[in-house]
Amino acid sequence: MALSGLEIYKHLPKTNCKDCGFPTCLAFAMQLAAKKVSLDKCPHVSEEAKKVLEGASQPPIRLVTIGTGENKLELGNETVMFRHEERFYHPAGIGVLVEDTLDDNALKSRIDKINKLKFERVGREIKIDLIAVKNSSKSAAQFAKVIKAIVEKTKLNLILMSENVGNLKECIKVAKEKKPLLYCATKSNYQEMAQLAKEHSLPLAVHAENLEELADLTQKIVSLGVQDLVLDTGPKSPRKKICDLTYTRRMALKKTFRPLGYPTIVFTQSSEPNDEVCEAAGYVVKYAGIVITKGAEPWQLLPLLTVRSDIYTDPQKPVQVEPKVYEIGAVKKTSPVLVTTNFSITYFTVAGEVEASKIPAYVISCDAEGMSVLTAWAAEKFTAESIAKMLDTSGISGRISHKNVVIPGYVAVLSGKLEEESGWKVLVGPKEASGIPSYLRSMAS
Amino acid sequence: MALELLKERWSSAINVLKVGAVKEEGGTRASAITVGGQTTLPFLLDEGGMPHRPVVAMEIFDVAPLEWPVSLLEPFGDAVKDPVKWAKKCINEFKADLICLTLKGTHPEAENISADKAVELVKNMLKEISTPLIIIGSGDKEKDNDVLARCSQATKGENCLFGLAAQDNFKTLVASCMADDHCIIADSPIDINIAKQVNILITDMGFKPEKIAMHPSTAALGYGMEYVYSIMERSRLAAFVGDKMLAMPFIIFVGQEAWKVKEAAANVADEPGWGDERMRGPLWEAATAVAMLHAGADILVMRHPEAVATVKRSIDSMMKGNND
Repeated sequence: MALSGLEIYKHLPKTNCKDCGFPTCLAFAMQLAAKKVSLDKCPHVSEEAKKVLEGASQPPIRLVTIGTGENKLELGNETVMFRHEERFYHPAGIGVLVEDTLDDNALKSRIDKINKLKFERVGREIKIDLIAVKNSSKSAAQFAKVIKAIVEKTKLNLILMSENVGNLKECIKVAKEKKPLLYCATKSNYQEMAQLAKEHSLPLAVHAENLEELADLTQKIVSLGVQDLVLDTGPKSPRKKICDLTYTRRMALKKTFRPLGYPTIVFTQSSEPNDEVCEAAGYVVKYAGIVITKGAEPWQLLPLLTVRSDIYTDPQKPVQVEPKVYEIGAVKKTSPVLVTTNFSITYFTVAGEVEASKIPAYVISCDAEGMSVLTAWAAEKFTAESIAKMLDTSGISGRISHKNVVIPGYVAVLSGKLEEESGWKVLVGPKEASGIPSYLRSMAS
Repeated sequence: MALELLKERWSSAINVLKVGAVKEEGGTRASAITVGGQTTLPFLLDEGGMPHRPVVAMEIFDVAPLEWPVSLLEPFGDAVKDPVKWAKKCINEFKADLICLTLKGTHPEAENISADKAVELVKNMLKEISTPLIIIGSGDKEKDNDVLARCSQATKGENCLFGLAAQDNFKTLVASCMADDHCIIADSPIDINIAKQVNILITDMGFKPEKIAMHPSTAALGYGMEYVYSIMERSRLAAFVGDKMLAMPFIIFVGQEAWKVKEAAANVADEPGWGDERMRGPLWEAATAVAMLHAGADILVMRHPEAVATVKRSIDSMMKGNND
């Protein structure tokens, strides 16, 4: 947790020598607290003080990176327990398990299936991040062969899972450029595992059955020089798991308890396909850093990835859709045209109701800085001028054979001015989106 | 050194809401449904209690919802054409904890079913099923004030849960539910201040706060679910530190929102990359419900039997070890 200026001041030499460029040590401390200068400007600070102050400036949950390049996955560095307090920053990594006991054909079809787990929804691509390769065969040669096939055929990040450190050591050369997560260090093998992670600068998962043993283990591993850790408390009931995830985050954030200040990894326990997704969804909303599922069906991953997008949305920033003409259904030249704002919920509510009406229509989202209809109208971001401009520049005229536009009932007052500005005939739609289906039906009849 | 975990202890609890009345209480239900009473955030049973588990109500309509996607209509077969048969199927086959009857057909722009007919249906429903009943209006304010008031009167003593009472239309329904001793749903548009305001308006009329369920709005997964999620978390945190006007259990209409979106409803032919809609649709509804459970939902109103079964299993798994 960040220290205040006064707390920092206590650790400074208090000589007011001005070597740092500030008139007093206290002034320097204030600047440090505001993160405007760095501690190395003070040539006289003691080693001991340096350690304390640098420690305090570390984030309470370490940022851990798996993979490299543009596909890399960054985890941790979260700052709050509840998203409304600020936001959740680094979306949980979502991945699928592949066991190395699959034969060549089964492996190929599993990789093909996994590669398809990316979806275009509401104008954004969402996709999985990881494959966890498990050395179930216990054979190093088989493990290496499967890892190699995966590295060749996917761009996804990797988790290499083996109980046998020797097998990991042998296979690491096949995948080390991908900077995989090594899984995992335990009470009995942590020295060897730490050595391996250190040698190749790889992140390391750490397993213990409870948080106390886990905290003990991470301290030992850190003292061996490995700091990029990911925490695992092993298989247990989803409820216990949610408790572990919650307490891990709470201890890190509220107590600045470093031994648990790392992202977490969870493997689903359920084998029923629906149950597995629901279990995983619970972990995603409740603080998991990585969630690995066995299921790899698109209808399983689409909702799971969507849960993640929702929860990691910045609550302080209205989510916007691109201001443009959207076609809902099989539109024709005579289809109705509705305008609304580009606040995503407003747009999707309108689009959803149009879709539900089964009457194809054009929905134009106007740039209203992501505000809802009434708010945007009050703030003069959704005006006759802005709607007229959108009708003019969006290219809608070329796609239809009429000049009628439906505006939201709440801004009926814009009708006259809009007709004047645009030359379109303005129709006043319902106030609430829920009235759209019956409105469209009555329009059609 | 033993690691001492930081546990939260809250000063206040969520209200206990009881829906339905058995014979001794003046009703005819086989048993009542009780929700609420939490002294902890969802499922953190190590630091507080959840004396009553979340429940699932299945939603049925007075008129067959033929506009529903095939994948949602299919499991009910012909039963959707007969609300009583439909409700019984939900209870007997699909293990609904209670039934939510939405009187959609009373809307003047729909079938404009009369209040008399609605009353007849509600009475018949209560005669034929043994679970508690949630009764929801059509959304037309004027008509609801007539229909729901009459239904309330006709079911006096059964302790039904009526909705929706909103900021701009609550007086008639509150007066009816108070006179006939029913519970009420306080509705608000994804706004914690209005949520609190509606509760204040309702209780100011003399209505008992422990007979109110809050509906903070519902949004489908991928379509603003997180807004509702955060309103629920904020509201719970306020209730736990003593805000009595936010201490009501939550009711969330998952089914009606989840099945509106194309991720749930679209055929695999239209969205080949998304997989079979018979698997995808129910899971979309279940996943929305699960997120709501983790935000504190008490009563989930749902539609697809497969989604209901999945969510009930999910509740089981989250409540396991309540006493350890």
